[in-house]
Amino acid sequence: MSVKSLFLCVFLLAAAPLIAAAQGFGGLGTEAEGFAVPTPAPEFNFPADHGAHPDYRIEWWYLTANMTGPDGTPYGLQWTLFRSALSPFATAGWDSPQIWLGHAAVTTATEHYTAERFARDGIGQAGVTPAPFEAWIDDWHMRGPNFDTLNLRASGAQFAYDVDLRAQGPLIFHGDRGYSVKSEQGQASYYYSQAFFALDGTLSLPDGEIPVTGTAWLDREWSSQPLASDQTGWDWFSLSFDGGRKLMGFRLRQADGSYFTSGTWIAPDGQTTALPNGSFTAEPLETTQINEHAVPTRWQVRVPEYDVDVTVSAMNPGAWMDLSVPYWEGPVTVSGSDSGIGYLEMTGYD
Amino acid sequence: MTATGLSALWSHWRRNPLQLFTLVAGLALATALWSGVQAVNAEARASYDAAAATLGEGQYDQLLPAVGSDIAQETFIALRRAGWLVGPVVEGQIGPAGTQVRLVGIDPLTAPGGLGPVGGGSMDLPQFLSEQPVFANAATAAKLEGLIDAPLVIEPTIAPDTAITDIFVAQRLLGAQGRLNRLILAPEQPVGRPALENIAPDLTRRAAQGGSDVGRLTDSFHLNLTAFGLLSFAVGIFIVHGAIGLAFEQRRAMVRTLRALGMPLRRLIVLMASELLVLALIGGVLGVSLGYIVAATLLPDVAATLKGLYGAQVSGALQLRPAWWLSGLAISVLGTAIAATGALISVARMPLLASAQPRAWATYRARVRQIQMAVSVALLATALILVLVGEGLVMGFGLLACLLIGAALALPLVLDGMLWLASVRARSVVAQWFWADTRQQLPGLSLALMALLLAMAANVGVSTMVSSFRLTFTGFLDQRLASEIYVSAQSVQQARALEAFAAPLTSEVLPLLSVEATLAGLPAELYGARIGATYRDNWGLLAAAPNVWDSVAAGDALLVNEQLARRAGLWVGDDLRIGPQTVLPIAGVFGDYGNPIGQAIVSEPLFSTLHPQVTALRFGLRTDDAEALRNALTDDFGLPAGNITDQAQIKAFSLAVFERTFTVTAALNVLTLSVAGFAIFMSLLTLAGMRLPQLAPAWALGMTRRRLGQLELMRAVVLAVLTTACALPLGLALAWVLLAVVNVEAFGWRLPMYVFPRDYAVLGLFALAAALLAAAWPARRLARTPPADLLKVFANER
Repeated sequence: MSVKSLFLCVFLLAAAPLIAAAQGFGGLGTEAEGFAVPTPAPEFNFPADHGAHPDYRIEWWYLTANMTGPDGTPYGLQWTLFRSALSPFATAGWDSPQIWLGHAAVTTATEHYTAERFARDGIGQAGVTPAPFEAWIDDWHMRGPNFDTLNLRASGAQFAYDVDLRAQGPLIFHGDRGYSVKSEQGQASYYYSQAFFALDGTLSLPDGEIPVTGTAWLDREWSSQPLASDQTGWDWFSLSFDGGRKLMGFRLRQADGSYFTSGTWIAPDGQTTALPNGSFTAEPLETTQINEHAVPTRWQVRVPEYDVDVTVSAMNPGAWMDLSVPYWEGPVTVSGSDSGIGYLEMTGYD
Repeated sequence: MTATGLSALWSHWRRNPLQLFTLVAGLALATALWSGVQAVNAEARASYDAAAATLGEGQYDQLLPAVGSDIAQETFIALRRAGWLVGPVVEGQIGPAGTQVRLVGIDPLTAPGGLGPVGGGSMDLPQFLSEQPVFANAATAAKLEGLIDAPLVIEPTIAPDTAITDIFVAQRLLGAQGRLNRLILAPEQPVGRPALENIAPDLTRRAAQGGSDVGRLTDSFHLNLTAFGLLSFAVGIFIVHGAIGLAFEQRRAMVRTLRALGMPLRRLIVLMASELLVLALIGGVLGVSLGYIVAATLLPDVAATLKGLYGAQVSGALQLRPAWWLSGLAISVLGTAIAATGALISVARMPLLASAQPRAWATYRARVRQIQMAVSVALLATALILVLVGEGLVMGFGLLACLLIGAALALPLVLDGMLWLASVRARSVVAQWFWADTRQQLPGLSLALMALLLAMAANVGVSTMVSSFRLTFTGFLDQRLASEIYVSAQSVQQARALEAFAAPLTSEVLPLLSVEATLAGLPAELYGARIGATYRDNWGLLAAAPNVWDSVAAGDALLVNEQLARRAGLWVGDDLRIGPQTVLPIAGVFGDYGNPIGQAIVSEPLFSTLHPQVTALRFGLRTDDAEALRNALTDDFGLPAGNITDQAQIKAFSLAVFERTFTVTAALNVLTLSVAGFAIFMSLLTLAGMRLPQLAPAWALGMTRRRLGQLELMRAVVLAVLTTACALPLGLALAWVLLAVVNVEAFGWRLPMYVFPRDYAVLGLFALAAALLAAAWPARRLARTPPADLLKVFANER
């Protein structure tokens, strides 16, 4: 997924993200001095790799969920913990050169509630332990006895949620066994997902508490130089089709107007097929003006290899994350050759 | 025709350069007085705002330890993990005594709203975290040079004697690893947090408003300066009014001639108005420059005063702030406009042929005077009603305005009445003529006399206020900083050892015991005091029951501060609940100037019974030899020098600095008086010319010119004395309003008013001297009027 997250983490390190944005995203991902760099054909070591990798520049634990209330009303939620390193190590104490950033959101058809948290490393305010698994920042947490059974919590000024997650399938490794290439020049990250979570829990919204059930998708990704210097933005899709098939696909927008795309086709049993550059396409059909940002909120997504030709529409086109690093993130519905639900995130439109 | 008209108007000034000078100088002096006071105020306020914004004080609620000054870092983490959005702050003094710098450490990631320079654009976060710089203004950075091993970055917006850095660096430099001093609460908190008591029962929440003692006390000082600014404005308006009146009075003949020659009235008025605008701008610019010099001279003293007294930091440098120099120009132009409107209307309404006759002028003036009287009575009545039923700070200032303007407008009538009384009793012809002539002259002088009245009253009022402030404050400092040395221990064990060590070396050891409490439903502090000679000898009480200290020492009664007493409507004899089972009568009320919240004091044993968990970590030590005690504490006991505060030195310094403020006030007093004297001078000069027709008959009847001159001088003295006599009660009323109404409304405590007859006598002499000086030259000129001029009076058209 989420080059968006890469942007976020890189931007977090710039006090003036707008200035960085004005300069384009160029140059942000091209240096990795002192940091470890992903290499092809990785061999993951679990549960340790569910934890933090301080020798890589950026890393995240990124969960999105599509849910319904008792009356069938659809909802979306997001829970993200980012880690961003100033130096490739961590220590105890305020001077640990790692920074944590949390984003959370709840989306309804008409409202979009967001919250953001920042924390220093080394003092216990935020962190990740692999076993038992816990990722936390302040009172937000994603934790459980293992990576398959988790409790998730976050709160903001207007909302809170507390939901339980149970994995119904295997981990999904993107790209080449978890080595996910992001550009023709070879920038890459380690990237795997748990795409089969069943969810139940409670949303607390200004109108009251709502019991919800649904599905969730958890991304794990880390890297040190994930972007090519000429890449300006990112559109990422995680779609679950009726019948159990799933699709992850992203489109990196490049300065010359071309795109680099990548994706993973996921069979109902978890079997994966990597979609090389060009196999997955996404075309904007309609844009929504959110303040000064023009954001595509209806898309035509095609994977000819699997006869997929669907329209992806934002459930709430106003799902703008108006945080220190702004982007768009919200639930979508799918219609066309297949129908289903999913999540869409878009960066570089600020 | 316009050019001809202008040249005619200008020719008047060319022939009378002195008059031009008096007009411009009058405007400039009034503007200078106003803008000087404004500049001092604006500068000091701007410095506070910068300081407050830099440290996030006042802006946000804060969590503070209920006991002691430290918060464990674990408490911060526990609060964050419970959902409380708080930002940690560690702070302390570094550097040698006397040039200490307050070092503040913040965490830019959790500090609400981008505190300080981080996030403000001067440095980005990774740079801040990796280079670990210390931000300070240039002067502070120079103090820190070589003192700390961290890169210094100059940031001019940071308050003086304050440095800001990352919390990690601050903890290291202060030797405070793992410790915090306060937590700043973000304004927006997430839903569903557990209560504060469940997470951090040792912390208390301090609301954003009313948080800073320093802010409250310095506000009081500034309020007083603002009041002074308003008074100076009132005086200034009268001066400007006088100066304009002079310009019109002296040119009536020319106006008549120009109109007789065919210049339309409308055009003449436009020309005169434009001429005045130009003069007002020139006078304004000169005045602002003069005000700047006044302010620049006064400001270091004011800054030092505030620093020494309250620990507030004010930059001693003056910046040309648009707000005050624009307001200075506006005052000059507006004052001119207000003053000129009346004069221009007079010119417009005056019959063409009558406009050269002083008597017609005086008749018109008499009508104006009737209106003035009616307004004056209405204003004074309003003032009375406000005293009886008004509430709030705006009322306080409204009262001030009604009182001053009403009194000023009433002055001519009061003087007229006094003069009438004198003339009725006069036996000799000369005396009768003297009094009658003085009365006749009153309308022409009344504006100048009003200015003198206001200047005198302002001086009496402000010097009473400032001197009362000083007496109260000196007493307060003696009471509060009675101990020669204050020490703080780092742990309970060290505190016990310290107390035992210090006991034989001192005459008294006074533990500082306090808890935050809610008393009479208000946020307050409860203190435990070791009642001994220090309290009995030094503490003055505003109100006390008999044997107050004995009953407090025995645990049978308590003391409350004035704030608590006034807000809760309690006084000596009333009961106050200080614990679930403890209700004690109030035996005394003490003044607690500058403290925003209530306070109650009980004896140490009673305090320990109520709050056994609270142990004193700070002590006041009484000794005759502070130096020896200090050395014993550092060398023998091993207490770090940073834990010892030599309060005697601080007190002496504070008082010395405060003394300088009075020099400032005295300088402002002299300035207002000279401005008033100047007004008298101008008025007399004006009258001198038009009074010849009235003096000529007296001369013709045999009175010598010398005698006439002497009588002129005496007249000025008589009027000045009478005005001064009116100014004294007005000034005292003014002081009373400032101390007992405005201060109470603004801060909840009343400054006791002290009266200083000797000061008033000196002021009266100054006023007399000013009047004499002002009258001397016109009188001398009269005494030397060529007899031919006097004869001309009979030869001319009259």
